Amino acid sequence: MTAAPVPGTMRAWLLAPAPASRMQARFGRWFRAWLGFRRNPLAMSGLIIVLALVLVAIFAPLIADPDAAIHQVLEDRLQESSWAHWFGTDELGRDIYARVVFGSRITLTIVALVSMIVVPVGLGIGLPAGYFGGWIDTVLMRITDIFLAFPRLVLALAFAAALGPGIENAVIAISLTAWPPYARLARAETLTRRQAEFIQAAELQGASHFRIIATQIVPLCLPSVIIRLTLDMAGIILTAAGLGFLGLGAQPPSPEWGAMVSSGRQVLLDQWWVATIPGIAIFVTSLGFNLLGDGLRDVGDARG
Amino acid sequence: MGGAAQAAPLPTEGAARRSWRYARQTGGVLFSVALTFLGLTCVTFFVGRIIPIDPVLAIVGDKASRETYERVRIEIGLDQPIPVQYWRYLMKVLHGEFGTSLITAHPVLQDLLRVFPATLELAFLALFIGIVCGVPLGVFAAINRGRWQDQLIRFASLLGYSMPVFWLGLIGLLLFYAKLGWVEGPGRLDVSFDDIVPTVTGMITIDSLIAGEDEVFWNAFWHLVLPASILGYLSLAYVARMTRSFMLSQLSQEYVLATLAKGLSPFRVVWIHALGNAWVQLVTVIALTFGSLLEGAVLTETVFAWPGLGLYMKNSLFNADLNAVLGGTMLVGIVYIGLNMLSDLIYPLVDPRARK
Repeated sequence: MTAAPVPGTMRAWLLAPAPASRMQARFGRWFRAWLGFRRNPLAMSGLIIVLALVLVAIFAPLIADPDAAIHQVLEDRLQESSWAHWFGTDELGRDIYARVVFGSRITLTIVALVSMIVVPVGLGIGLPAGYFGGWIDTVLMRITDIFLAFPRLVLALAFAAALGPGIENAVIAISLTAWPPYARLARAETLTRRQAEFIQAAELQGASHFRIIATQIVPLCLPSVIIRLTLDMAGIILTAAGLGFLGLGAQPPSPEWGAMVSSGRQVLLDQWWVATIPGIAIFVTSLGFNLLGDGLRDVGDARG
Repeated sequence: MGGAAQAAPLPTEGAARRSWRYARQTGGVLFSVALTFLGLTCVTFFVGRIIPIDPVLAIVGDKASRETYERVRIEIGLDQPIPVQYWRYLMKVLHGEFGTSLITAHPVLQDLLRVFPATLELAFLALFIGIVCGVPLGVFAAINRGRWQDQLIRFASLLGYSMPVFWLGLIGLLLFYAKLGWVEGPGRLDVSFDDIVPTVTGMITIDSLIAGEDEVFWNAFWHLVLPASILGYLSLAYVARMTRSFMLSQLSQEYVLATLAKGLSPFRVVWIHALGNAWVQLVTVIALTFGSLLEGAVLTETVFAWPGLGLYMKNSLFNADLNAVLGGTMLVGIVYIGLNMLSDLIYPLVDPRARK
């Protein structure tokens, strides 16, 4: 399909059939995966959306006025979109554009916190279960199954009710119901590698169980965990927004998208943009993660 | 799987042995269901314990004397060790006692039974929409694998995955109710139709048909259609996607080639033979979809002022009515576990290969 790479270029180094070093082989593998990924237009648009979201969150103060997101200007309330307020203003006269931009920080924070809890917990349960087998496996997987059988949003609701509303509690509630699939995934990946010869070699060399798990098995599990995580992001974002919509996530005046949709409900019929625009932000973001995850999975499938 | 599996496999298995195996499998499923149920009660018990409100103070008020406080504390059993408290809680739950709701002053179980049919009505129609549209779309995508039809269906179901259901509900209301006037607005019925039909099942569409009240039926139906379609779209996305992948694995098998070579029409091969086998796996997917519909109902009901379980839980939540919230959590959890169990039990019945 493509012409053979010109010798001496970066591309030739990456696509070398016989890599000279471990690093070259690794980069080459990533580059080939990237070439496959790049051919998928849906996945690429997902990547662009996610990158754009991250950039918007990082540079939020540069592209929107932080003051306009929080500051109430009651004489400017419920204005239609204009040059001063691109997406109009809400029922307290705050600029919706600025609020959507700063809301991306909240969304990304939730997503990052949930991943930081869910992945270690999932790996911590799944890896020993798959590695040691026997009764350890049975006990750990039973626990996982119990949590897997819980309805996510409803349990998050109960937790938020008990702990009180707020981002931290929303994160805890979501994480609590989100880790089981990672444990199962990590266990399955470990089981397929458990009897591999390189594991036996490491055992014979006297490596401890912990060392084998950490240095041999974890790196092999990570790709599928990352793919799963990307696909899960959309669900996490939607659950967080749902909690926000119900008034159980981030509390006012913080510009959380779900809460913004909720506050726009009262004026939906006359000022449709107040509820619609943050909803579009939620939708585009979760779509971005879904498209990206979908593409990554295809790349992962092709390799695996 | 223990002894029976290790016994030498006979060339022809007797019916007795088969049913014995099925009984063993059923036993295993029931055991794990019981464990999961215990886990669920542990979690709700735990949630009930971590609330920052002192339950004794909530009953006696902060002006009560120390003696009254102590007496109530002992009365509601808070002086007992945690395992004893849990055991008492478990016994109560098993007897269907979830306490009394603070808002309605009814037993929570009674409240739940009153609101649950409304949610079921919504979820059933949504599931119906999801299956009727999702399965054919999935099959169609599988037949056209990799072509633009497949990409389009894939993209449409990704849209469904990514849509915040509460927002979609609001947009639906804005468009189809406020602007176009195609459907009825929030609630289950227009006020003028309230209390005409006697409650039998609690699902107004069915009750009105039983009572022979056409007008009420159509009013209820036009109220139901929008929220059910919106929930249905979300389940459609999942059903279509899973159908596609099951169909792809069926279509790649040799029996498909064989039936085609035998001269059967491709239509028959795809829709009768391949889909017939894919149904086996779809049973599980549909059970799981129904569970997630119950969850989606919490948000949808809030948007559509639909007086079901979700709205009940949400209202309880904001009135700090923990008994009601935990009762609702328990109900959804039990339905969830029940659905999982059902699909585990049905699976070996419909798929001989799963009978190990």
